[in-house]
Order: sequence, then C-alpha cells, then structure tokens
Amino acid sequence: MSHKINPLRKYIRYGKLPHFFCPGCGCGQILNYFLNAIDDLKMNIDEIITIGGVGCTARIPVYLNTDSLHGVHGRTLAWATGIKLYRPDLKVVIFAGDGDLLSIGGNHFLHAARRNLDVTVFMVNNFNFAMTGGQVAPTTLFNSITMTTPYGSKENPFDICNLAQCAGATYVSRWSTVKPMQTIKAMKKALQHQGFSLVEILSQCPTNFGRYALQTGDPERVLQWISEHSILKSEARGKNENELQEKFILGEYINIQKPVFQGTTIYEEEKN
Amino acid sequence: MLNNLSQNEKRVKTGVHFMLGNYAVVEGALAAGCNYFAGYPITPANEISELMSRRLPEVGGVFVQGEDELFSIYSVVSASLAGAKAMTATASAGFDYMQEGIEYACATEAPCVIVDVQRCRGENFATQADVMQMRWGAAGDYEIIVLAPSSAQELFDYTILGFNLAEKYRNPVIIMSETTIALMRERVQIPPKEDIEIVNRKYTNLSPSQYLPFRAPLNSPPEMAPMGKGYHTLYTINYHGEDGAIDWDAEGYDRLYQRIVGKIRENRKEICKTKSYSLDDAEQVIIAYGSEVRPALDALEMARERGLKIGLLKLITVWPVAEETIKEIAQNVEKIYVVEMNIGKYVREIERLCAPYCSVEAITKNRGIVHTKEEIFNAITGGKTCPIK
Repeated sequence: MSHKINPLRKYIRYGKLPHFFCPGCGCGQILNYFLNAIDDLKMNIDEIITIGGVGCTARIPVYLNTDSLHGVHGRTLAWATGIKLYRPDLKVVIFAGDGDLLSIGGNHFLHAARRNLDVTVFMVNNFNFAMTGGQVAPTTLFNSITMTTPYGSKENPFDICNLAQCAGATYVSRWSTVKPMQTIKAMKKALQHQGFSLVEILSQCPTNFGRYALQTGDPERVLQWISEHSILKSEARGKNENELQEKFILGEYINIQKPVFQGTTIYEEEKN
Repeated sequence: MLNNLSQNEKRVKTGVHFMLGNYAVVEGALAAGCNYFAGYPITPANEISELMSRRLPEVGGVFVQGEDELFSIYSVVSASLAGAKAMTATASAGFDYMQEGIEYACATEAPCVIVDVQRCRGENFATQADVMQMRWGAAGDYEIIVLAPSSAQELFDYTILGFNLAEKYRNPVIIMSETTIALMRERVQIPPKEDIEIVNRKYTNLSPSQYLPFRAPLNSPPEMAPMGKGYHTLYTINYHGEDGAIDWDAEGYDRLYQRIVGKIRENRKEICKTKSYSLDDAEQVIIAYGSEVRPALDALEMARERGLKIGLLKLITVWPVAEETIKEIAQNVEKIYVVEMNIGKYVREIERLCAPYCSVEAITKNRGIVHTKEEIFNAITGGKTCPIK
C-alpha cells in the first residue's frame, strides 16, 4: 500500500508536531477547519498573515505555514491594524480565545469592529481561561464553577455576536465544533468578506471547563453539553426569553457591506 | 505598498525654519522615510500626531489614531514587520503602557522609533525622570538605544539618526524628548535631501527554502524577509530558534539573548555619540544630556571666564552608555558632575564606571524646570563666587 500524504499538510509546520493542545481539545479541529476553508477557496497561503495572542487558541497560527505574529496577550487587533493599513494587499486572519479577545483585548476588539477593519477573526469560545488552568472568563456562564469562582461565577457573560454587531462588525456568525461543516462554511464566508468579520466557534475544553464547570473531563460529554445548549437561529425565532435562557443561538447574525478602514491616508480616488 | 517614491520631494522641507520642537520630530521622521505613524492623544506630545496626520498622507504614508498607547505601539511594530518605517510618540504616562510592546519589538527585532516627551507626573512640567524606564522598562533581556536631543534642531537630526539606528540594528530606538524642547520654537535648518544619510534594513537574498529568519552572526541582527512573499516567518515573543518556531532549548535561549543584547552592547563604540567641550585641560568635567546640556554649557562658559578648568561631555546617546569615553575622561580628571532634571538617576551609571578613578557628584533639580547656569556653576564652585579673570 502506498503512503499517501495528507493534501493539507503543505499548510502546516509539519516538523513542529505533535501540537501542544490537550487530548480532546477543540483547537486541533478548528485548525483543521481553517485548512479546509483556505484549500476550498484556493487561497494563496503566502498572502495570508495569521495572528495569535496568548492562549490555547492563539497557538493555532504557530502551526500554520504562514507569516505569523504570536505571543502577546490581547493585542491581536492592534497588530492586525498595523499590517492591514500598511499592506492592504494581505489577508489578515486572527485566532483568538474568548479571554484574549474580550478580556484583555476587549477595547481593541470594540474599536476594530467600529472601524470595520478588513480582518477576519476566528474567536474560539471555550468559556474559560484554559491555558492558565481554567479561570473565569468574560464568557463563563452565570453560576459556573471555575478555578477562580469556586462558589460559582456571579458575573453575566458577554454575548460576543451581539456585541460585535453593535460595535459595527459587518459579518458575524456563531457555530461550534459540534457542527464542523457549518463552521467551515461560515469561515469561508468570513474569509471572503470585505470588512470586519467574526466567527465565534463554541469549542470544548474538557481539561479545565469540562472538569470544573461540568464535572466531566470527557470531551464527548462537553460536546454534548454544547449541543444541548445550542439552538439554530431559525428555531429560536418566536421563542421567548425564558426558553432561550442559557442557549447559544447558532447561525449568521449579520452580513452587510460597508467601507473598510484604511487609516488617515489620501485614498487613491482622492489622489487622482 | 503605500510608500510612493514620486512623493519624495514633499518629504524633505529643505530650508531654514522657525519650528516647534514637536514639529521638528515630524519633519525628521519624514526625511528619514517614516511611512507609518500611530498615536494617542497626550500632552505634551500632541503636536507630533497632529502634524503627522496632515503630513504623512501627503507623502503616501498612513496615519492612525488608535484607542490607546498599546494600540499605538503594537500597530507600529506590526507595520514595521510588514516593511514600514514606523514611529509613535507619547509622553511619560503613555510611555508606561508602551513597555509591553517594546518587549515584543525587542524580542522579534522589529525596527521602530518611539518618542517619549517626558513630563512630570500628571503635569506638563519639564523632567528627565524616565531615563531609567527607557532602559529598563520592559520585561526580559534586551538592550535599547536612547538618543537625547537638547534643541529643536537636534530633535530633527536625532529622529533621522534614530530611524537609521533602528533599521541598522533591527531594534527599537527611543527619542528622549522633554517638555522643554518639545514645546519650544527654535531655528531648525533642514538640509537638502541628498545630504541626508538614510539607512534601510537589510533584506535577505536567500530563497524561502534556504532562509532562516533568526540566523545571524553573534552580535548582529538577522536579515529580514519581506512579508507576504512565501517566507512564512513566525514572529513570536516566545523563545524561538533560528527558524523562528517556538521551541525549548536552554542553550539556544542563552544564545538568542546573547545576540539580541550583544548586537547593541558590543557595538556601542559605533552606536554611542558624544560631544566634548573644553576637555583637553579640564580638571573637572560636567556630564549632561538633553535640555540640561544648555545651562551646563553656559555654566562652563562662566567657569572658563573665571579661569576654572572645567570641561563638558554631552551625551547624545544615553543608552547604551558610552563607557569607553566616560572611563577615559574619569582617568584624567579629579571629579565628574552629573547634571540631571530628576532625583539623580543616571549618576549611578556614571558612578559605576568612574568610581575607581575619580569622585562623582550629582547636580540634580527636580522642580519641573531646567537648571539655571548659576545653579550649576554654584554647585561646581561650592557656592564660592569666583571673580571673572
């Protein structure tokens, strides 16, 4: 039997495997979705700049065979702005966890969305700070047990998709690792979108969120929990607030076109 | 790319101007080839952003006012990695926030220029209190280049020098400005474009398959690769091997930071610039930097008029320290005075170098205003009035 090489291998730093994600983590799946998306779209990997801050999700770019920036917590969108304004010809893609993007990076997130910066953000929501051992995050559900909320969190979580939409993002959708095909489709749409695009991907963290909040380290059961707490946008229509409590509404939130941010520069049309 | 060569004439405003110090920084940056600027409002650095927002688009560059100083520094560093000659400007309180980005810039060897217009805490009075923060503010091992102008003309000149050093050594360079000079209007002479020396970073000639982004000889910066051309460079703050990838290798870690520190420290003779006044027969020497050089020069004149054998060493480069020059002076004089506008910080560095050879005394003033020449003169003479000879 001949040895076949995975056609997606060319997109990754194969020599740097094995990756550092925990067994059962969703980050490997999401890396895989991204490779499928860029392969389907026949994108030129040379012209994609991937950015990760700090956290589990932020490690995804480290394994990608692209020009990448990595390693500072929360500043992904500030980096993205510098690259995009100076080199509008490049495609800038961010992989960020919920803590990275919304806690320490929350301000940059609001302003990049407000400006409609032409970047794509894949935000992996695993409901906690996973890399540091499972602390409470801005997405942790009310009453959840985490390493820093041993009596249950008394904070309300962000609804990232609504937040992004209100701030001015022009493409927003939410999917999960339970629904790979829909997630890949949304990622492709986001990558093709001109303007600030965000796909929130609900993902399982069996090691920390699973064990502390759900009392299970079994990835399958965490996925089951995500599945039970998810509802499609079409199914959510007509349901009241009580019925939608603790439900993640999956689907496309917004997809519109608006002028993208270019910084203060004399735009081509004004030059002529 | 945004840098349009046809717009180069607008970059250099050759001629003699009566110019605000902060504006001189902008003109210096443009003359040096700056094509990306990010800023956030803060007094007394605002005029830099204001003029940049008007001037940069004229020369094909891009200006952005971000949401905070963290945005400024990170977008400057990433634009630099994408190929820009990038700069940001702030004042002391904003400079605090930028430390984290400076750490990243040093670790990934991103050339960039940061202007810190020093001010007193919460107030816009004159100070040199950030002199140690400029050197030691960020986490981890690094060296940094800090230039201290003392006039609007030098703000122009040293901003160009700053860009050139940043590009040559792939390192952040800080222009240590002060309220005093930033908000003063003075004569600034801008030379013809062809008389201005411009240094650009070295790009690799190797193909992507041969290129290793962080391979460089000891004490040298590596050659860069253009972004978006298939070189697939990872710029991470984590320990990275010569291939740029995250790894762990204790020896490699040591070697990486030996090189990052060594490329500045071991090249200090080439980097460090000083200016000497009346050193030949001097028995006592004043060391000063930034706006304090001005009253120090006047005090020197007062002393010489009275026959006192005083000399002066002006530090253009504050970091790295001009160790060889300072040690040589220390071996030939009785005493060194260090004039500073803070509680006495850089004097410790001079003590470190000079202690075996001569005595060192601090002349400090921490009252939001530069020394007068009389204050410096009196400190040197111990309050004795010496008649003019």
